[in-house]
Amino acid sequence: MREIKHDFPVLDQVVNQKPMIYLDSAATSQKPQQVIDAIANYYEQDNANVHRGIYELSQRATQLYEAARDKVQYFIHAHQREEILFTRGTTESINWIASTYGVDNVHQGDEIVISYMEHHSNIVPWQQLAKRVGATLKYIGLNSDGTLDMADAAVQITDKTKIVSIAHASNVLGVVNPIKALANLAHRKNAVIVVDGAQSTPHMAIDVQALSADFFAFSGHKMMGPMGIGVLYGKKSILENMKPVQFGGEMIEFVSLHDATFQPLPWRFEAGTPNVAGAIGLGAAIDYLTKIGMSEINQQEHDLVAYALPRLKNITGVTIYGPQSISEHTAVIAFNVAGIHAHDMATALDQEGIEVRAGHHCAQPLMRYLDQTATVRVSLYIYNTTAEIDRLVATIKKIKDYFQNGFT
Amino acid sequence: MALHNLDNLYRQAIMSYAQNPHHFHPVTAKDQYAVKKYNPTCGDVIEIAMTMNDQVIADIHFDGDGCAISKASASIMTDLVLNKTLSEAQNIISEFSKMAIGDVHDQLLLGEAELLAGVTKFPARIKCATLAWHTLDELMVGKK
Repeated sequence: MREIKHDFPVLDQVVNQKPMIYLDSAATSQKPQQVIDAIANYYEQDNANVHRGIYELSQRATQLYEAARDKVQYFIHAHQREEILFTRGTTESINWIASTYGVDNVHQGDEIVISYMEHHSNIVPWQQLAKRVGATLKYIGLNSDGTLDMADAAVQITDKTKIVSIAHASNVLGVVNPIKALANLAHRKNAVIVVDGAQSTPHMAIDVQALSADFFAFSGHKMMGPMGIGVLYGKKSILENMKPVQFGGEMIEFVSLHDATFQPLPWRFEAGTPNVAGAIGLGAAIDYLTKIGMSEINQQEHDLVAYALPRLKNITGVTIYGPQSISEHTAVIAFNVAGIHAHDMATALDQEGIEVRAGHHCAQPLMRYLDQTATVRVSLYIYNTTAEIDRLVATIKKIKDYFQNGFT
Repeated sequence: MALHNLDNLYRQAIMSYAQNPHHFHPVTAKDQYAVKKYNPTCGDVIEIAMTMNDQVIADIHFDGDGCAISKASASIMTDLVLNKTLSEAQNIISEFSKMAIGDVHDQLLLGEAELLAGVTKFPARIKCATLAWHTLDELMVGKK
């Protein structure tokens, strides 16, 4: 694992006089030199607008942009390249579905079903849609270990349900949800399933067909790609009947004074100059991840969790949220230390060069469900090491001493 | 101790305010004015209630959930503005705001609140220190 860490220039720095340890990859991942180079190379050698130039440079840019789409297609095992739409990220992807497919297919009295563990980006667009069309937003409950209550899922998803939208992996609880089983429940009621893949795509092999996902959304920046690029996968049969969200250049075919015809998929959805460098950077990130192998990444992270979880649990006063068993826990570990507020813990860790997240993790309904206002969250990626976890554990113990004994 | 940097923020007096905050009890129907405010970056919530007698703050207390800094800050603030007129309280709030961004301010007027001056070295935590003060400001503006 040592050589992987050296691919990430940002990880090699000192924060507050200590070698920095980055433990917030669920918020955004760091970028390997390969991705940084791909973006720089594009701007240095190939930059031009896409899909319009007759000249060499534009053709090169177009080819690179579309090659990135192919990489995404293979990476998530989509059936066709037309099913891959580039967006700004997971949030925009979900908003697109809600604001067009949702408005056209969800009506007064219908239901949208999500869960208590969703990120705000998979809650608020549905709240707004429900208000706009007069639909009901329903929540699937959780088991005491933080896993999704599948018995409740079967109750909540009814004949009135039009959309089920669920996180593939939680950004707080460290659980992976049984998407295929949820898809079956949804499809039995003729509802579509939207999968928020922001926290799963960076860490495990994704097969949208095996998952039976109708829509699958994810962000580039959490999987070593740049910020500002994301993907909306949609089944071709659904996308063909879905209206574009935005209108303008790139997406049109023929424009007259009062009307216009539109491009075929996928360009129909990509109005305006797209984020070409972002797509190329995402493609480079996919190359990087694929070279290591997604199952290898998953295994390495599992080993890190198996190392970290018992050591964190062993600290007196630590409560870990989500599944307690190593085998069920992803590399996202949310916890609290008795008597020390999460923000105070995060500030103290930062003073020791350890960068963690503290707060509600953009999941306020989940926090209320857990009866917490804030937790500390450590999220790991393959560039993290067991030595870093040792330092984290030792530092938490030191901070406990500081706050509990340092003032008497 | 290697954590000595933290001493700038977590002074002993701050921690004792955080552990035993003054005027920390729930808002009830008896309170004349109350407002609730959230810190959207972290989810902390604070509720401040105030009862006026003439132009003087005759009672003030707070409730909510927050970190050591936000609790200590709210505790010190309620001590400072109790039995003050609205304009005196407003003046204290504006001096505190100056301190929080590192500007020159009236140290005498701020009294114990001066303990929180170290927060300027922790930019991510300034909002924790100012949440109660912004909330009180909102409460007084709404009252007028």
